Amino acid sequence: MSDTTHHILSVLVQNRPGVLARVSSLFARRGFNIFSLAVAPAEDEGFSRITVVVDVEETPLEQITKQLFKLIEVVKISELDPRRCVERELLLATVRVTPEQRGQVVELTNIFEGKILAVGVEAITVSLDGSPDKLDDFEELLDGYGIVELQRTGRVALPKLDRQARLRAVGGNSRNNNDGKAG
Amino acid sequence: MKLTGAQALIKALEMEQVETVFGLPGGCILPAYDPLLDSSIRHILVRHEQGAGHMAEGYAHVTGRPGVALVTSGPAATNMVTPLMDAYMDSIPMVCITGQVSTAAIGTDAFQECDTVGITRSATKHNELVMTAQDLPMAVRQAFHIATTGRPGPTLIDVPKDCLINTMDWYWPTDEEVADSLPGYRPTTKGHPRMIKEAARLILESERPIIYAGGGILKARAAEALRELAELCDIHVVTTLMARGAFPDDHPLCLGMPGMHGNATAITVLQKSDLLITLGARFDDRITGKVSTFAPEAKVIHVDIDPAEQGKVRRPDVPIVGDAKYVIEEIIKAIRDMKAAGTAVADTSAWKSRISGWREQFPLSYEPSQPGEALKPQYCLEQLRDSAPDGTILVSGVGQHQMWSSQFWRFNEPYTWVNSGGLGTMGFSIPAAIGAKVGRPDRTVWAVDGDGCFQMTAQELVTASVERIPVKVAILNNSYLGMVRQWQEMFYDERYSEVYLSPEVPDFVKWAEAMGCVGIRVESPEEVQPAIDKANSVDDRPVVVDFRTAASEKVFPMVPAGASNDDVILPSWQNNNREFLR
Repeated sequence: MSDTTHHILSVLVQNRPGVLARVSSLFARRGFNIFSLAVAPAEDEGFSRITVVVDVEETPLEQITKQLFKLIEVVKISELDPRRCVERELLLATVRVTPEQRGQVVELTNIFEGKILAVGVEAITVSLDGSPDKLDDFEELLDGYGIVELQRTGRVALPKLDRQARLRAVGGNSRNNNDGKAG
Repeated sequence: MKLTGAQALIKALEMEQVETVFGLPGGCILPAYDPLLDSSIRHILVRHEQGAGHMAEGYAHVTGRPGVALVTSGPAATNMVTPLMDAYMDSIPMVCITGQVSTAAIGTDAFQECDTVGITRSATKHNELVMTAQDLPMAVRQAFHIATTGRPGPTLIDVPKDCLINTMDWYWPTDEEVADSLPGYRPTTKGHPRMIKEAARLILESERPIIYAGGGILKARAAEALRELAELCDIHVVTTLMARGAFPDDHPLCLGMPGMHGNATAITVLQKSDLLITLGARFDDRITGKVSTFAPEAKVIHVDIDPAEQGKVRRPDVPIVGDAKYVIEEIIKAIRDMKAAGTAVADTSAWKSRISGWREQFPLSYEPSQPGEALKPQYCLEQLRDSAPDGTILVSGVGQHQMWSSQFWRFNEPYTWVNSGGLGTMGFSIPAAIGAKVGRPDRTVWAVDGDGCFQMTAQELVTASVERIPVKVAILNNSYLGMVRQWQEMFYDERYSEVYLSPEVPDFVKWAEAMGCVGIRVESPEEVQPAIDKANSVDDRPVVVDFRTAASEKVFPMVPAGASNDDVILPSWQNNNREFLR
């Protein structure tokens, strides 16, 4: 995937019923494209963090974040710079293998530091977590054997610790430098 | 204090200083209607829930206070979708309370169940399904707070029946508790000081400035501030459809409405300006025409309380997020300071004289009817306008009559014009006029409606009769869906498809009388004035005047959808001069 069209937004929301529906219906209504989306409770009780990778080819990122920020339950939006954040994603795949090929897939999985989850006569299920790029490579190699089923979680991301992550708060108006939010 | 949820709900509305609720009871909301009997709140019983919603909007339009609608679940909630969306598009503060099936039955496809919160999610600023009686006061507080602050809009509280029946311990959340419960909601009201100075600088430098005033002026109660700014800098003002009355039409600096059916001068000043001072307006497609050719030479100052409007359509040079009244007052201060410090003010005299030239050459006009010809709708409006008592509130539906109303009325006072701008809801005017009259019983309220619109919501005149709300309705009846007919004439080779309504049926006079109104039919110019005088003299019931008008009359000027404002179609008698607009 090209870095120019995808951006990662980390969206802190109040953990309330229907909040995910609000976010996804906003994307649908405004014609914004979601590339991937992951959601789970955040460190603070009562809040969840949604990591959404958006396709900004059609819509400027600014419009997406401003519209998102208008949702009452959205508390904070950060745009994560891929160079200054850690990203992880989990992949599960069941691959069709002959007994002769099984060793090759096991070896491949070991090289990628993945795990063997289940082994059958004609298939093998493996898991791999890591950066989305690494998962892309792994998926491509598995594809040569014949993927029966594959599930990826969509990425989650946090700013890097070692340097001051460039965590740009993008709510409000960037040029206007207001710290408030939408009415 | 122990209260039932229903008692808590009504008490919460009283605490919010609600005086009037528009509604219609049904199964799930039934418990709330019992304590209503003992409440100071006036309930207006509508004939259709959509009517309750538009009445709440009309009430909010003229009072600035949130309109409240109270209806049951299922079909009542779905009937409320149109007014909610209408209020959302036009930023009208409104709180809607819907009944819902009991919490235990939610999700079971119970009788009159629907996913109200899901259905209205994109038609409200915020909505909430309450799950316990204990939550009701906070939910009401939040709903009113969200509806009335920041960019106003509709909110909805969905209340399951058991939450109305169960008991709770009464409490009333403080402002602080409400704010704490909404950590993600902090509207920006104060504009950025640096941007405000920058705006002031651009205004003083501009040789061709224009103030582009939108509905946000009215929402922010900023009409006075706008006038002060315009007069201080001697800058002309255009008022969008949503801002009619925000700047007085009789003011020498007022140029009236721009846009698809705006007047040629108001359209052209935007095109030729070097600085758009945009105050509470949102560059709607009906204003800009083809965006890529809109105001090509202008820098843009954009004042809006909603950050998402900044750069949505037109990239501003000076974006200012904030309350229009506050920001305008700050800009005025900055301009005064700069002038006092000796900052030069650009010479705008050449621009002023161009504007006067356009105004002289391109006044709004129509061809009066010849003897024996059908009535001209514009003539009816002029007569209505000239006979209207001071402070009359005009409410319109959607279509040709709406555009003529905006064009030919003179709005000299804010909050005297109520219409459905963004959503374009046919059938808006009758219920909205009723709501307006309830909000301002001291004012004459005229609804100007089309015969198509009237047939969508006319039943609310029964409500008006029974509740003694004496609104006046002028139907500009051309037996057509007139605006669609105009498009078919102009853009579909006069192939008229499904736009002809019957000239005989219904009989609007009989229908009006059947609903308890006075009905008057007007077919010739000499009948116009007597009918208006009679209508204005009736004050104990609604009046409906059926003006039978010329079917072929079209609204001009017109910027066809998607065309550039530079290609505005003028009435034929002004066309020879169009080079003058270049």
